[in-house]
Amino acid sequence: MDIIKSLFGRRKQGSGATAKNRLRFVLQHDRIHLPPERMEEMKREILAVIAKYLVVDQDRVEIDLEQRDRRQSKLVAEIPFSGQQPAHKASDARLPTLSADSVDNS
Amino acid sequence: MENEERSRGDARVITVSSGKGGVGKTTATANLGISLASLGKRVVVIDADIGLRNLDIIMGLENRIVYDLVDVVEGRSKLRQAMIKHKKFDDLFLIPAAQTRDKMAISPEDMVRVTDELREDFDYILIDSPAGIERGFRNALEPADEVLIVTNPEVSAVRDADRIVGLIEAAEKGPGKLIINRLKTELVRKGEMLSSDDVYDILGLAIIGIIPEDEMVLSASNSGIPVTLNMNSQAGMAFGNVARRIMGEDVPFMNLDGNPGILRRFLRLFDGR
Repeated sequence: MDIIKSLFGRRKQGSGATAKNRLRFVLQHDRIHLPPERMEEMKREILAVIAKYLVVDQDRVEIDLEQRDRRQSKLVAEIPFSGQQPAHKASDARLPTLSADSVDNS
Repeated sequence: MENEERSRGDARVITVSSGKGGVGKTTATANLGISLASLGKRVVVIDADIGLRNLDIIMGLENRIVYDLVDVVEGRSKLRQAMIKHKKFDDLFLIPAAQTRDKMAISPEDMVRVTDELREDFDYILIDSPAGIERGFRNALEPADEVLIVTNPEVSAVRDADRIVGLIEAAEKGPGKLIINRLKTELVRKGEMLSSDDVYDILGLAIIGIIPEDEMVLSASNSGIPVTLNMNSQAGMAFGNVARRIMGEDVPFMNLDGNPGILRRFLRLFDGR
């Protein structure tokens, strides 16, 4: 059984399967006109906002793009945290671009 | 029945597009035109790739051109004068592209005007679209009743096909149907090429044709006799099947992947139509 599975598995490892996975990835981004690097930027900003209020377990964060078809996409996020930020930290300007100060300066 | 349909004369305009160049759009257009004509249909094929004309040479009609599509649009020739009758089929005509102009010489509205003038007298008008997503593609898309998208089972071709699919849907000409060209059965079997099933999973479009890689396609283009006229060619046979599917026939897919599951799946797809 394992032998059959491994044979089957090896077959799936062909470059055809790689091609399919790579295509899935680029098309997800092509279809929403949001390239991967912009997506990463967005994730960082989302996490920075949440981290103002909660202590986020950064290593276990998962924010993924799910696509049922060409027209329907959604972001699915799992953002584990271990508790509230201490009150004084919450008022820190951890997100300069969003803080009142930088808005005044710009 | 056949005569009634003919006298009513309301052609379907089918645009053959691809996104990426070099995947076999022109070969597909030529072969579908020939196949439909050999099945008794009245057909015009239009080369909309202004500046890079090729449909004439694939069809073996390059030495008969007097006027071209731009001549018609700019009023130097009547439509009929620019239509080149095929050597073998009396009801198959080519309107060649201009070779010395560019795609800006023609507008989407021009294409609608030209095809509207032809609709009454023909059953099918096939438009060979240029590659890309720019003006030339817009020209070819505007008059379309339906769109075929040619792709190869290869990452860049599938990616560009997806882009075109989005544009076709945005223009409300969708969903379009897929022709997978140059499938190498042996490589698919080894897992070293995207299968037609993979391409279907990724693009989510109905597949109207799977054309196997076939060396005879090259000799056909060398000699200007489209491969579908060659009874020994698998690719030629596959193009013939596409033509019959266009006409609404329920033609089973040739079993190229050696996987019966795939075949059944496509049949189901078309039963739903």
